[in-house]
Amino acid sequence: MTWEPRRLPNLTPETERFWRAAADGAFLLRECESCGLTYHYPRDHCPDCFSSDVSWREAEGTGAVYAHTSTDHVPGCPDDELPLIVAYVELEEGPRVLTNLVDCEPEEIDIGTRVEVRMRPTEDGDVAIPVFTPVE
Amino acid sequence: MNDEPVYIAGAYEHPTREAPDKSIAQLHAEVARGALSDAGVSASEVDGYLTAGENYQVGRYPPLAMTDYLGLDVSYTDSTDDGGSAYVNHVGEAANAIRAGKCDVALVTLAGRPRTYDGDSGEREHEALIMQENFEKIYGAETLPLYAMAARRHIHEYGTTREQLAEIRAAASHHAQYNEDAMYQEPVTVADVVDSRVVADPLHLLDCCVISDGGGALVIVSEKARAELDRECVEVLGHGEAVSHHDAGRIDLTRTGAEKSGPRAFGEAGLTPDDVDYVSIYDSFTITVLQTLEDLGFCERGQGGSFVEGGTLRAPDGELPFNTDGGGLCSNHPDRGGMTKVIEAVRQLRGEANPEVQVPDAEIALAHGTGGYLGTRHASATTILGREAR
Repeated sequence: MTWEPRRLPNLTPETERFWRAAADGAFLLRECESCGLTYHYPRDHCPDCFSSDVSWREAEGTGAVYAHTSTDHVPGCPDDELPLIVAYVELEEGPRVLTNLVDCEPEEIDIGTRVEVRMRPTEDGDVAIPVFTPVE
Repeated sequence: MNDEPVYIAGAYEHPTREAPDKSIAQLHAEVARGALSDAGVSASEVDGYLTAGENYQVGRYPPLAMTDYLGLDVSYTDSTDDGGSAYVNHVGEAANAIRAGKCDVALVTLAGRPRTYDGDSGEREHEALIMQENFEKIYGAETLPLYAMAARRHIHEYGTTREQLAEIRAAASHHAQYNEDAMYQEPVTVADVVDSRVVADPLHLLDCCVISDGGGALVIVSEKARAELDRECVEVLGHGEAVSHHDAGRIDLTRTGAEKSGPRAFGEAGLTPDDVDYVSIYDSFTITVLQTLEDLGFCERGQGGSFVEGGTLRAPDGELPFNTDGGGLCSNHPDRGGMTKVIEAVRQLRGEANPEVQVPDAEIALAHGTGGYLGTRHASATTILGREAR
């Protein structure tokens, strides 16, 4: 598995903290102080009640596979990373997040498979990409 | 807004599927000429212009670039671009503009060269600007895996089978054999689809639409303008749209925006799914069709698989003939596929589909577009069309 370092995402004022926290091993979610919604992707407003009173919350980093696919057809993906497993993981805290499943074979994955987060480096040492791997 | 009737008076699909020697603008002009000629309208009568613009190929400000290039003098323009659904939406938008008195003769043009265009698509630039895509593209979450995950989830929740998805492609190919312009005219069986190679599990190669160059155009007119024309027209009876998205992390991959756009369009038309004789359903992938049929109310949620079995979608005698031109799966998908969905619905209502697949006495047709990605966010557009009293 050598899609590393991973491509650097575009850091924006609303998302920079998410990516930097990942480099420290944390998967951050946003939580609305007004209506209580826990949400992803990070935004400075709550997408339910539009409050700007929102905080960061560290996720447990565990969840279950909601949907998955494996494919050899990914522009720019190095051959030794194929087949790439793209998945939605439903986090303990609720949000379904897009990700890759790594260090596993497609046959090991089902909907409901328990997974936990791993961080993959980018060319910027202060930015990492969260991915998930099955839990024994 | 009044409820004055609005008509589609002209429809034209470019016969090309591969146009390496033409510019996008040229293709726009060719389809415009085709649709105006079909309607019997001259370019000088056009006072409204709509295009999604395919702006990475046309350039900035598509309505400006194209009205200048085509030489139009218009009192209304629109360039809504919500992906493949755009040109289904343009029918509703043109109808609204006409009813509001903004124009009488609206020209709508699509052109695309996704098959042979080798310039910079500008996609990388857009990607950086769309905040969410930074959480998607780094995982290789491109079109194919995003639709594959929707199929996975539908199979998981409802027991939909590979064979049921394959039946959608088989039905489309049955129709495509009669379309001399279709990219793939050879009929395929359910087994052919299931045996084609896996491209993103559970989707196989033949679950995917073609990538073609081409285009199409529509001429949409007011009742006043319609009175001047001899061509048989098609009435715009209803239109609805919706957007479905990640919803803060609550995305449900088994549902599409058609569950909202459908009832909105049926409500405006005062009709129900039982009234529909023919459907053009956006078919980027087989799963797109299956989910859309459920969400439009042609069958119960989760029952799309059994609904499509047994020749339901096959013209001319199936219960609900669909995509009789072969659709995006077999015939044509030049960037935004909604245009060809509307054009084939118009052909059916005029009795001008290929004879082997013409639905007898088709009076009500539905065209549905899906733009974007079922796996992240997508637009849904539904338009209901009716045959004029003959």
